[in-house]
Amino acid sequence: MTAASHDIGLYIHIPFCARKCRYCDFVSWSGMEPFWEPYINAVIKELEQKSQIVAHRHVMSLFIGGGTPSLLPYDAVLRIMDAVRKHYRLLPDAEITIETNPGTLDHDKIRAYREAGINRLSIGLQAWQDHLLEFMGRVHNAGDFHEAVIMAQNHGFSNINADIIFGIPYQTMGDWIDTITKVLSYQIPHVSCYSLTVEEDTPFGRMKREGRWQDPDEELERKMYSKAIEVFEKAGLEQYEISNLAKPQYRCRHNMNYWLRGEYLGFGIAAHSCFHNERWANSSDLRQYMESIERGINPLGECYYITNEEALSESMILGLRLTEGIDLADLSSIYRTDVRKKYGEKLADLAERQLVELKGSVVRLTKRGMDFANQVFIEFI
Amino acid sequence: MSNERQKRVRNFCIIAHIDHGKSTLADRMLELTGALTEREMDEQVLDNMDIERERGITIKAQAVRMIYKGEDGEEYILNLIDTPGHVDFNYEVSRSIAACEGAILVVDASQGIEAQTLANVYLALEHDLEIVPVINKIDLPGARPEEIIREIEDVIGLEAQGAPQISAKNGINIDSVLNKIISDIPAPKGDEDAPLRALIFDSVYDTYKGVIAYIRVMEGKVAPGQTIRMMHTGKEYIVTELGYLRPGGQIPSDSLMAGEVGYICASIKDVRNCRVGDTITLASNPASEPLPGYKKAVPMVFCGIYPADGAKYNDLRDSLEKLQLNDASLMFEPETSVALGFGFRCGFLGLLHMEIIQERLEREYNLDIITTAPSVIYRITKTNGEEISLDNPTNMPESTEIDTMEEPVVKATIMTPTEYVGSIMELCQDRRGTFLGMDYLEATRVILNYEMPLNEIIYDFFDALKSRTKGYASLDYELKGYKESNLVKLDIKLNGEIVDALSFIVHADKAYARGRRMAEKLKDTIPRQMFEIPIQACIGNKIIARETVKAYRKDVLAKCYGGDITRKKKLLEKQKEGKKRMRQVGSVEVPQEAFMSVLKLDM
Repeated sequence: MTAASHDIGLYIHIPFCARKCRYCDFVSWSGMEPFWEPYINAVIKELEQKSQIVAHRHVMSLFIGGGTPSLLPYDAVLRIMDAVRKHYRLLPDAEITIETNPGTLDHDKIRAYREAGINRLSIGLQAWQDHLLEFMGRVHNAGDFHEAVIMAQNHGFSNINADIIFGIPYQTMGDWIDTITKVLSYQIPHVSCYSLTVEEDTPFGRMKREGRWQDPDEELERKMYSKAIEVFEKAGLEQYEISNLAKPQYRCRHNMNYWLRGEYLGFGIAAHSCFHNERWANSSDLRQYMESIERGINPLGECYYITNEEALSESMILGLRLTEGIDLADLSSIYRTDVRKKYGEKLADLAERQLVELKGSVVRLTKRGMDFANQVFIEFI
Repeated sequence: MSNERQKRVRNFCIIAHIDHGKSTLADRMLELTGALTEREMDEQVLDNMDIERERGITIKAQAVRMIYKGEDGEEYILNLIDTPGHVDFNYEVSRSIAACEGAILVVDASQGIEAQTLANVYLALEHDLEIVPVINKIDLPGARPEEIIREIEDVIGLEAQGAPQISAKNGINIDSVLNKIISDIPAPKGDEDAPLRALIFDSVYDTYKGVIAYIRVMEGKVAPGQTIRMMHTGKEYIVTELGYLRPGGQIPSDSLMAGEVGYICASIKDVRNCRVGDTITLASNPASEPLPGYKKAVPMVFCGIYPADGAKYNDLRDSLEKLQLNDASLMFEPETSVALGFGFRCGFLGLLHMEIIQERLEREYNLDIITTAPSVIYRITKTNGEEISLDNPTNMPESTEIDTMEEPVVKATIMTPTEYVGSIMELCQDRRGTFLGMDYLEATRVILNYEMPLNEIIYDFFDALKSRTKGYASLDYELKGYKESNLVKLDIKLNGEIVDALSFIVHADKAYARGRRMAEKLKDTIPRQMFEIPIQACIGNKIIARETVKAYRKDVLAKCYGGDITRKKKLLEKQKEGKKRMRQVGSVEVPQEAFMSVLKLDM
């Protein structure tokens, strides 16, 4: 499956958190409670304003992400859901996800989500060890995760994702295996398994700049990665993307749409969209965003026109993230060019370096290619 | 005997150490004689090139004609021939000196005589030039003119009591220098009716006129329309234009006569046919003997120059050709390196000459270049009796085929305050120098003489000398000849493959230390890659040093969702740019700096 669905995805960004994690470089803040209400109003307005763009297209996924959307009172989420349903053609079987953090959930919220039609919960666990959670600046502990999952499952949520992180300084292989085992013990069908990335404009980034950061051992980090894949796959969660694993039928359709280079609209501050050969991002200035919406102007931050050539390049670097790879024959017909011929030499070279494997018209990263994916991607930039 | 016309001509040059104020003094003289108004002055007119101005050195000889009314009320023609001030251009200096009757010796009132100044003074004395000492920078706080005068008298044996004490910078006592030139420097001699003999002391290339030769007419006269002959190259040309030189231009004239300095154009297309030191005569009435002292410029230092971007090969060739138009001593020929692709092996008079050419390629021609470690010319006698000259380490024969190997040695003269003698001796010893002697210039300064292999000097001897003496020591060297030596070729292997551009020739005793240092340096320069990279320094099949660049274990962006795509693309583009600046050597990506890092081993 290389071609994206004709149906679109919607993303709604909630930039509020109880506390900012020390590795996080997303647009989000803590201590902004007075802005919650006006912000939600703005997002609802934006949903209305932009509905014309997609006209009659069907929406196959909705993702309410952040920040911590579950921090909001549930009626805010309900209002958003109402607006989406009112202005968009949400398919009956659409995947509707909300991002949550342990410690922010309660019975009322979960019940409300369920009633509003949300059918997938993503829970940020990150690590099972409280000292690691504290190091990363997380507000919750492992016990909070347990409660959240049990609550969600009791209310009928079966499609649950857990985010977990490896390659944390001071994290041992034992810690990591414990985290994996705990996640599995809850019968969670989807896991996002991230290698900790130290971004510049974060507290961790500052520590690194100031020389107060000890990079974890690379060897250990890669062992953690392959261990995770090994253990999860044994339990029936198959790796389908560099950092994502799921039981059959539980792959995240919203994210698949990104990797297959489908179209999507983003709402809220700093949200990105990709539609009709354009990529654009909303302003990441909260005041500017809300004022623009208020005055009925597009809250545009930056915008790029994507040429056919660039689109193909994106299809390659996004599609190769998927374990099933890319069918070059499909791409050839989408882009009306012989992709196999165009990239033939590069692919042969990458295959020789054992970074990709070619089977028929399908190309995909090898196990080694997963570790060095950027080396592959830069060939298609 | 000088005739009446000649009696009112003075031809002189200025000898000075870098920074002692030669160009500034020249500027003041031009100003005072009206050759140049203050408004026309773009500080230091004689140093035309940016690099010359920045480094405070003269690379090309220049000449200007000034008119000055002497104390006797007569007008005098003063021809200043500005000489290159660096050891690399010794031959050019000697030709400029040969074109003069006198020299002004500018000495800094606080620093005294330096090694190179002394070398040039001796050169001037050899050519029987009248030396006029001038003490400059007398207005500076550290000035000690009396001591410096004594030093000049003691060291050179020149009467210096009446030496003008000036400040070129502030225009103090400049007229006394001009008057001294008239009173002390002899007027030129030379029979106007004898067959023409004119000395070429420099040449420049002009797009419209072809080569412009700067000449001093020693005997006879020459006029436009006459056919001239270059006595050494044998080439003949018809004079299209000649005349006098003034700042930034030329004044055409009807003729140039014995004793005069000027320029001559004759539609000469190739600067190599108009060599510095050659003698111009008339084809119709040739002189029997050329003027003495002609030498063909012989490059002493070689290196490979490659375009950083292989596609720029033709640009590099064009630029080198253009530079050669003005610089007959620059040599280059195409060469190919496995690691660096197509480039040129270039020959230079010395290290400074090499640096200047590299800098001009980068700055004036906007080229990104990679240079390999400099080499000298080695002489090899093979076991089969064949003799070869080697300027590229890559071409060194197998050690079993070599019977003997010789390397060029120089006589190095180092002047230094006495406090640094110990550390300089240590340095010279370390660079395989043989101590020849030491002379006291004054109680606190000495001259050290060493015989040293040139290949030790071309690494980083200048830098090492400077850093050990806080810049107070000065160095001069001249080629003495060749000596048999126990030399080996040191190869660097990356991932088991020899990188030809990194090979160099070194004395067997120093091979281990240098190999080790080089491997360490490369380890720091080569970034980690997907596989482990062994770096080996070897002589033949013997490995003498080994370092390892560890492999990185991952290069992957963990997250890439809808909002990340634009940013991640930028990151990947940046990564790709970085990769482009690398050279692919076998399977290893080598940054360009690595090829140059061998030049600075800090040993």
